[in-house]
Parts: sequence; C-alpha cells; structure tokens
Amino acid sequence: MALVDRIGAALDRTPGGIILTSVDAVVDWARGRSLWSMPMGTACCAMELIAASFAKFDFDRLGTFPRPDPRHTDVMVVAGTITRKMAPAVKRLYEQMPDPKWVIAMGNCAVSGGIFFYDSYSVVRGVDEFLPVDVYITGCPPRPESLQDAVLQLRELIATESIAPGVRRQRELLLPTSGDLSFGQRPGVVDEGESG
Amino acid sequence: MNIDELREHLCKEHPDLCPLFSIEFGDGVLLVDRGRLFDAAADLKELGFDRLGMVTAVDRDEEFELVYRLTSRAMSCGMFLKCRVPRENPRGRSLVPLWPAALWQEREVYDLFGIEFEGHPDLRRILLPEDWDGHPLRKDYADDRMIRRPDYI
Amino acid sequence: MTMEVESRREVSGEDDLARQELVVNVGPSHPSTHGVCRVIVHVDGEVVTKAEPVIGYLHRGIEKMCENRTYLQVVPLTDRLDYVGSMYANWAYCRAVERLASIRVPERAEYLRVIVCEMQRIASHMMALGSSAADTGAASMFIYAFDERERIVELFEELCGARLTYNYVRPGGVSFDAPEGWTDRLKDFTNNHRTALSEMDRLFFGNVIARGRMKGIGVLSAEDAVSWGASGPVARGSGVNWDLRKHDSYSVYPRFDFDVPTGSNGDAYDRGRCRLFECYESCRIIEQAAAQMPEGPVKTDGLSRLISPRPGDAYDHIESARGSLGVYVVSEGGPRPYRVKFRSPAFCNLALLPMLAEGHTLSDLVVVLGSLDPVFGEVDR
Ligand code: SF4
Repeated sequence: MALVDRIGAALDRTPGGIILTSVDAVVDWARGRSLWSMPMGTACCAMELIAASFAKFDFDRLGTFPRPDPRHTDVMVVAGTITRKMAPAVKRLYEQMPDPKWVIAMGNCAVSGGIFFYDSYSVVRGVDEFLPVDVYITGCPPRPESLQDAVLQLRELIATESIAPGVRRQRELLLPTSGDLSFGQRPGVVDEGESG
Repeated sequence: MNIDELREHLCKEHPDLCPLFSIEFGDGVLLVDRGRLFDAAADLKELGFDRLGMVTAVDRDEEFELVYRLTSRAMSCGMFLKCRVPRENPRGRSLVPLWPAALWQEREVYDLFGIEFEGHPDLRRILLPEDWDGHPLRKDYADDRMIRRPDYI
Repeated sequence: MTMEVESRREVSGEDDLARQELVVNVGPSHPSTHGVCRVIVHVDGEVVTKAEPVIGYLHRGIEKMCENRTYLQVVPLTDRLDYVGSMYANWAYCRAVERLASIRVPERAEYLRVIVCEMQRIASHMMALGSSAADTGAASMFIYAFDERERIVELFEELCGARLTYNYVRPGGVSFDAPEGWTDRLKDFTNNHRTALSEMDRLFFGNVIARGRMKGIGVLSAEDAVSWGASGPVARGSGVNWDLRKHDSYSVYPRFDFDVPTGSNGDAYDRGRCRLFECYESCRIIEQAAAQMPEGPVKTDGLSRLISPRPGDAYDHIESARGSLGVYVVSEGGPRPYRVKFRSPAFCNLALLPMLAEGHTLSDLVVVLGSLDPVFGEVDR
C-alpha cells in the first residue's frame, strides 16, 4: 500500500539502508499501525468489542490494543447506545484524548440510534451529534470482523493525512473525489514502488 | 402451594383482606386502598411473603395503579398487591421499613411516574438525570426530542 | 484482608494524621464497573466509608418503547436488556405474553428453550467469572473463560444466525429448529466444558491471590439477601436455597435432575464459586434435555402476527443467570401492550453495593461489584 510497507525490499536494493520518503508517509504509517483504542463500550456492542480483542479474533495483530484510559489512546471506539446522561461523559473522555485522535462509531446505536431511534426519550441518535466520527460500522451488533475492517479503513484514512499545519483538515475534501484512498493516489505524491 | 390454598390460608389468617382478593390469570391479586397499603403489606409479610420482588406502576388514565409483586419462599408462590392512587398528587406509602428491596424500586417508580412515597428515606431520581423534566412512563408525557414511530404495525 | 485494614487505620491515628474524608468518583466509564456504572465513593484513607452507585447511564427507555410496538416487535427489544444473556429476557417476556394470550407452546420448543437458556447461563457465568477475575488481576482467567463463551456463541450462531442479539424465543415457540447435528456438537461442548471448568476452578479459585482478594469480601447475610430482594447466585452464595427452576418450577424443568449449588459465607468468593458450580449443573441439564428432546414442531400453528390478548395483566418469571427475571405485561385488548415492566435481578442485586462495599478498601470495591455481576442494559433498561 504505502511506500513504507515495502521497507524490506527497499533495504535490499540499497545496501546502505537509506530510504527516501516523505515525513508524512512515515508518520502516517506509524500512526496507522499502532492505533490504541479507547473502548467506549456502553452496551451490547461492548461484548463484541471484547470478543474482538480476545483469543479468537485477536485484535492485537492489527496493532490495536484496548486501553481504557483516554490519555494513552488514539482512537475511540464508541460501542453501544449513548444516552443523554452518558453523552457528556463520552465527550469529556474524547476531549481528554491527545491529538491526533479518531473515532469509530460501532453499531447502529452509535451510528444513528439504531433500534432506539424511534420512541426513546433518552437515547442520543448517533454519536456524530457531538463527536466527529471517522468510520461508521453498522450492525446490531457488528461482528468483530467488521470492527477489524473498520480499523483497516481507518488506516487508509490516516494515510491521506498530513502533519503540516492546516493540511489535516483537507482530508474531508479529498474523500469524495478520490475513489481509492491508497497512498499512490494522493495528489502530489508519486509512489515509486508502484511505477518501478 | 397453589392459588386456592393461598386464598384459603389468607382468608383464615386475615378475614378482613379476604374480600379484596381475586384471581387473575392464575395469580392472586389483592387490591387495597391507599390508606391500607402498608398494613396489608405487613400482614402479608407476616403470612410468609418474605420477598418483595417488584414494585411498579401502571398509568390508568384517571389514576395510577401501584403494583407490588410478593413472593414467598416457604409457600413457593407469588401474588400481587395493588393499590390505586389518584393522578392529582399521587402519593403512596413506602414499604422500605418492611423490605429494603423497595429502596431503589420506589425511587424508580418516582423517577418514571412521579409517584411519591411517604416515608421513603431517600426519594430522588435514579435513572434519569436530576434535572429531567417530567416523568416519561406517564401516558401523557411529551418530549419534543422523541420521534414517534410511524404507524405501520 | 480486613485485619490489615484495621491495623492501617490505627497507624493513621487521629493525633498525627488528621483523618480526612475524600470523595472519589469511579466511572461512568471505568473498566472495572462492567459497563456504565458510576460509584461515588467516600474514602477515609483507603477504606470505603460510603459507596453510592449512580445508575441510569444506559437508561434507554425500553419500557416506554414497548408501548408503541406490537407484541412480536417487543421481542428484539428484550434482547438488548440483558445483553450478556439475551435468551432470558426473550423467554421471560414470551412466557408472560403466552400466559396473557393463552398460547400453547409445542414441547420441542420448550426443550429448545431450556437448552438455549442453560447454554446462556454458562456463557453469562463465564463472562461474570472472567471479568471479575480480571478485576482481581487474573487476566489469563478472563481469556480462558471468554474462549468458552465464544464456543457457545458459535453454537448459537449456528442455531439462529446471531452472535449476541438472538431474538430466538418468540411467543408460541422458537424461531428455528436445531440444525442437523447440532445436538451432537452440543454434547461435545458440554464434555469439553467440564474439563475447562475444573481447570478454571484450579486456576482461579484455587489460586492463593484470588482467595486472598475474594474471601471475606462483601459478606451478605442470608436475611439481608432475602429482604433486599437479592436473587440468583448473589442470594445463593449466602446460603439462600432459592432457585426458580427448582422451587417454583416452570416449563419442563421438573423433568430434569439437577442440584442447586449454594454457598455458606456469602462473600465474593462463594458467589463466584456458586456460578462455577452452576455451570456444571447446566451441563447436566443440557445433556438430559438433548437426550429427551422429542420430535415435532417448534412453533404453534396458526398464531396471528398480531397477538391481541384480552385485557388483563400477567407476570411471569424465570431464573436468569443473575436471578429471578420477571416480566409484567398489561394488556388493554389492543395489538400493543399497554405497559411492559421488566423486573431485573441485576437492579435489585446492585442495590446491595453500598452495604457490601462499606468498610472494605477501594480496591475491594471492584471485587464486590464484580461479584454482584451487574449488566447495565438490564439495570437501567
Ligand atoms: S447497535 Fe444493537 S447491539 Fe449495539 S448497542 Fe445498539 S442495540 Fe446493542
């Protein structure tokens, strides 16, 4: 995908061990591969969130490690129904996370209120009412595989980001136009590996 | 103990409660008025109903119906104790002195129905935030943040 | 444990270190509260003087939502109550509706219901044991226990297609018959599960750290258990021999031979061990039920999708993994319930927390909370 994925091959070609790449690419690579997650599991979806990180589905192999402490984490996985009483706490935890940070909305409840969309007086209809969500996963509950897919999607999203001030915000503009979010498609960056 | 034995037993021990006892869907129901609720509950506790399983209410337009579910381990049976309170100024007697199990359950009824319990040591909202307006399980509860489900059965 | 605490208290005697009460907020998002519970803890040094649970962070208004849905449409909502044991709320609700509308259930369906509920009990207890073990620092126990749970979830998935929200028990029967060979795989599971249970017993309950952390912590007397309305393993850990499956028997449970394990000390350790032994009993029930299960339909024929019972109210209860789960349904004659109330065992059990946690250290608070095994979908509804 990204240049840095082919580090081994690149090192073979240049015995001195020099790789030329952009700072953005290295940073995005590093960030995308060690996404520690803040498991904001409130309801049923939390069970699948736990299942995802346990023996059978093994989340660790994606570099994603649940860490229930906002100050150590990069991505908040909102898994479950958010009620009006809970929303301020979620928001506060999000604010405590260090930048850069991302949000995955897991499950229909976090996406839109799901089964509680109608008739419920206390449920917030989707976390995007108060948090900027990067990846949505539907399902009630989504399977653990979907969550893993979401992390991979998030990686691709991160690969389009830049650490230059102000540039990070452009990624929303990039999203609809570029069908393929892979590294080589990014304007202004030529993927050497792809052409050669 | 089945329901007929329970009725006999109750009528023998507490003849005054006997006419208030009825059987619905195979369950014993004792409908008392508000003033008598506590004493009736105490009598039933003496009779062997040692567990207060559930406290809830039903909105019956003009009044609220308080519903208590009592179970007895010794007799292996359960029954309802019901009591109607008016919609205006709904107040019931707290059963906390008899069963501490009522402590949270009455708070829940207070929270969702707005029925007050005299003698409850700590009557506050329990599920909803303190500053919530209204009591949602009342049938006339209105909340503009609530979206009614379209009627397609 | 308690002795240590007392001596610590003496050291920080009143003259040199002024005793100061501190208020610590735990939750609502805390890994050891098993969900979204907030506990406001008053501590004196490290000793809890008052613990006040604040619940309602997951209050989704399910009871109100039920009033605007048909009887059948309520079933998926019941899944979301106790999400560690969805089958129970399904079944308890269906029993109440069946009682209200006088629906008869085919025998095979009753057996399937018993089997899935006993499997669910194992799954739920595995979750309870694992997470309370994790609270005491035994992370490997959680992984083993969760692995066992995962096996059950796979069997459920084969049966009804869902991993968590099964929507399996419906008024008048169950949604699907068991696929071919399912009962054999079930048998394999129970055989393996027994071995896993004894391993877990040695790994965790035989462990000196677990004993030290759990013995004598959160002692609940039998009288308190009854008067506070505690049920399930919480009450049985205190020696209250009360299990609806046995003492107010329902469905086909009278046909099975099983015991009700009870504890004697009423502490966190006994509650945990009760759960472990219940898993053995569940295995026994599953095997008997699978062997006795008759052939036949799993749904009542000719049941309208718009169930409209006559006016009245009915209550029914089953023994869930957390205690007696009751459902109270009021009908006014229409196609929708007038009121549905879920009597949740976890709610009643959690009310004990202030009493049980008092006098223990802050680190024991999570042990007490874990031993009560609350599931907040059910506590808050
Ligand atoms: S999306 Fe479904 S499974 Fe997930 S929290 Fe909501 S109701 Fe529960």
